[in-house]
Amino acid sequence: MITSTLLIIAQAVLVPALSPLCIGIIRKTKAVMQNRIGASIFQPYRDLNKLFHKDEVVSTDATFIFRAAPFIVFATTLVVAVSIPLLGTFIPHLGTSDLLAVLYTLALGTFFLALGGIDVGGPFGGFGASREMTLASLAEAGLLLSLFAVARIAGTTDLISIPHALLALTHPALLTAALAFFGFFVALLVENARYPFDNPATHLELTMVHEAMLIEYSGKRLGLMEWAAANKLFIFIVLGANLFFPWGVAATLTARTIALSLGLLFVKAFFFCFAIAFLESTVAKLRLFRLPDLLLLSFIASCVAIIFTL
Amino acid sequence: MTTFILSQTGFVSLFAIFATGAIGALLLSRSDAAANWWGNLFAIIGSLWGIALGAAALAGNQTLSYSTTPILSPLPALDFSIDNLSALFILLISSIALLASVYALEYVKHFYGRYSIGALGFFYNLFIASMLLVVTASNAIVFLMVWELMSLTSYFLVIYDRAEKKNTQAGLQYFAMMQLGTIFVAGAFILLYHFTGSFDFDAMRATAFQIPTLWQGVIFFAALIGFGIKSGIVPLHIWLPDAHPAAPSHVSALMSGVMIKTGIYMLIRVLVDFFPMPPLWWGVVVLAVGAISSVLGVLYALTEHNLKRLLAYHSIENIGIILLGLGSALMFSSLSMPALAALALAASLFHTINHATFKSLLFLGAGSVISKTHTDNIEEYGGLAHRMPQTALFFLVGSMAISALPPFNGFFSEWLTFQSLFAGINSGVSSLTVSAFLLAAGALALTGGLALACFVKAFGVTFLARPRSPHAEHAKESGFFMQVGMGTLALSTLALGIFSGKVAGILQTISASFFAPVDAPALVAHTAALSVQHGFASVSGVALFALIAIALFITFVASTYGVYRRQRVVLGRTWDCGAPLTPRMELTATGFSRTIIMIFKRVLRPQLHVAATYAEGNTYAPISRTAEFSVTDIFREYLYQPAAALTLKVSELIKQIQSGNINAYFLYTFLALIGILCMTLI
Repeated sequence: MITSTLLIIAQAVLVPALSPLCIGIIRKTKAVMQNRIGASIFQPYRDLNKLFHKDEVVSTDATFIFRAAPFIVFATTLVVAVSIPLLGTFIPHLGTSDLLAVLYTLALGTFFLALGGIDVGGPFGGFGASREMTLASLAEAGLLLSLFAVARIAGTTDLISIPHALLALTHPALLTAALAFFGFFVALLVENARYPFDNPATHLELTMVHEAMLIEYSGKRLGLMEWAAANKLFIFIVLGANLFFPWGVAATLTARTIALSLGLLFVKAFFFCFAIAFLESTVAKLRLFRLPDLLLLSFIASCVAIIFTL
Repeated sequence: MTTFILSQTGFVSLFAIFATGAIGALLLSRSDAAANWWGNLFAIIGSLWGIALGAAALAGNQTLSYSTTPILSPLPALDFSIDNLSALFILLISSIALLASVYALEYVKHFYGRYSIGALGFFYNLFIASMLLVVTASNAIVFLMVWELMSLTSYFLVIYDRAEKKNTQAGLQYFAMMQLGTIFVAGAFILLYHFTGSFDFDAMRATAFQIPTLWQGVIFFAALIGFGIKSGIVPLHIWLPDAHPAAPSHVSALMSGVMIKTGIYMLIRVLVDFFPMPPLWWGVVVLAVGAISSVLGVLYALTEHNLKRLLAYHSIENIGIILLGLGSALMFSSLSMPALAALALAASLFHTINHATFKSLLFLGAGSVISKTHTDNIEEYGGLAHRMPQTALFFLVGSMAISALPPFNGFFSEWLTFQSLFAGINSGVSSLTVSAFLLAAGALALTGGLALACFVKAFGVTFLARPRSPHAEHAKESGFFMQVGMGTLALSTLALGIFSGKVAGILQTISASFFAPVDAPALVAHTAALSVQHGFASVSGVALFALIAIALFITFVASTYGVYRRQRVVLGRTWDCGAPLTPRMELTATGFSRTIIMIFKRVLRPQLHVAATYAEGNTYAPISRTAEFSVTDIFREYLYQPAAALTLKVSELIKQIQSGNINAYFLYTFLALIGILCMTLI
């Protein structure tokens, strides 16, 4: 009982603790690829610290939605943080680690993020919310079915148990996994407002989606929103790393397995960060109306992946 | 007490209560307030009685039969019976009717002095009673009579607000569609009678499997079309987006929440109950209809900027989701997988209950907004969360539930529906079934995403930002009874979500009774969690709710009191880019969904009409510009209008024989007689 509680707390702490580092590594990699020195990989921590020590300006038009949204968005990432195989497959099952439960809990965050954007009645928040919901609604089918393809190979939709079940397979379904991973990775990019869907580094109204919704936020609430976005990216990276590349994920609770599991996760996560940074330095952002094509591709890849599992 | 409620006298008293309410309200027509209180109080008492009856019958877990001797000789015996499925629908109809009636106590006040409140109370009570009769009738003739009574009473409620011409037109269209539906329903029952030799449902159940395959198929289509019109499946949905906005909101809540579900009830009754081994293609057709209805329903909802029409299109979407469950159940049933069939039917029933709860909540919320702003155009709302905070909160809960966000009830029934489809993919019988289930799962995922977008739009544009019209600016919160009605429904959506395990367990028992008994049910449900396919997937409503609540608490406390407690929060103006801040800067409903509409332009056929007026002699600087963005209703344009044109043309031709000459009519009668004589001789 105590071990279980500690493990849950550890997962809930590790996700927000490590997520800014991911952002830092992506930014640093991008800087290096663009021949800049760039800020330290710990800069996102300093940014959050700064935001949490600032006063806030809230619009007079804002309702309870605007005030509550950052807490809800952040809380959904915490709920998901304890429902994914981060430390290993031995962590306790709370009944929230089903793949649909995880996706729809994240959708709860998206819902309030978009409402918070609309709430103050500025022009930016509105179109940011519109674009976000357009992309999120089209991305959902591909994301859901790509994870379902993996769940089918593993024989369970419980995200925590999947890595273990995959490792036990004698004939790994590599083709399925590869197709499903493509579907998943496209969804990762769109869900986390990354190239070629969104530009996380700009405030130019033609290009932005996620930043547009946050434009009226300041102080702690902005800090929470930024942090929640980092958490979400880290959650997707952990899912991608441990579901599609399950090697080394700890099945039992010993110091050695956990060290190996976390060590390998860092390596895998680094590759994800590098891939995202590489894309952002080499690929052009797509026009908004070209994005559905890419999302359709993700959906079809996932469907084909499922057909291959039959 | 239970014995009395379940007895025949108890059953008759239930309808006596509604009859008293109906007639009393009509007699008290002179005083609006008296008619309102009388009508709705009896509706409340009747609904409470109905809840007791439904609950007692469910708990008793046996089939109750009632038979009344006909008073008028030509009528057949009035047979009614309550099995578990009927009991569930009695419970559902009564619960929603109870809260709608509480809401109506306050809501109806804005009709005072404009229309007869007595007439409203009369038709309203009869309408609730007729729905209860529809789900208990156990004889095809009796069923058709109460089915027509339901259509007729709801027609009068649709045209209640008759000052507006569009409402009476919507009513006429509704009535025409209902009659078309009844033709198909009657056709199905006549065929069943022809082959089974009885109008009694029990007899049909016993011998329907002997019907030749071809005629089984005809009965299937007749039932699907007839009951599908009532449920509003695409492409027979045409009446729904017009009739729901026309009716008073508490009636819309009942129509959308429970009346269209009587179509689902009858589909289950005929397709599942009467035919234990349906052909595989039945399930595939129902699944396809469900997938098309859900995707098109939500797409059309996105294009709407009339709040009640938007909600009406979401009813079509949700009926589609219910049919995805029902279609899977039929497919599993014909593939001899009774455990999975019970799971899929339970999913379908669960979504029926959930949709009834959150859709009536949303319609009551819409009624609250419309009665205070006097417009149903959401472009004219904005900022209502400041002025109507309770309504906003309840509407938000409804929006979250219908968007399938945990921990509300919509999530759990969609979860079960997904699991039925996943089970179909996993069963891997043939490439046809697998691709059907896979496409249906894709359609359901797409629907879920688009519904989320649509309710961000509906809630955001209605309640957030600044008012976009004087109507919205001067809106006030609704009264106590309206809040009680909405608040109870909002709590129910949460409770049905948290205790989804318990509810799904009961539904599984009901659905399993239609299929062959199984040793290991596919759905294991207890209070704490739902688990399907022997641990393939499981989810816990209690845990989701508790974790979200705890995470929210920790986040709030830690960030508010954990760091920088002295933080000041200053109120300021929204960033205006240096220009004066006007409502025109805000997002509109049309603007919000334009991207999605453009992406789906092949289906939705958007059109943009731009017009400008110029000053005399100046064609460069327009005085005013208007832009109208609309979508084409392809069903109206390519199905209903050609059909209407054809009907008119045929009528013109037939009109020729109506000469007005009495001798000619005698000739017609004579010829008809000769014809009948010849037929009997042959």
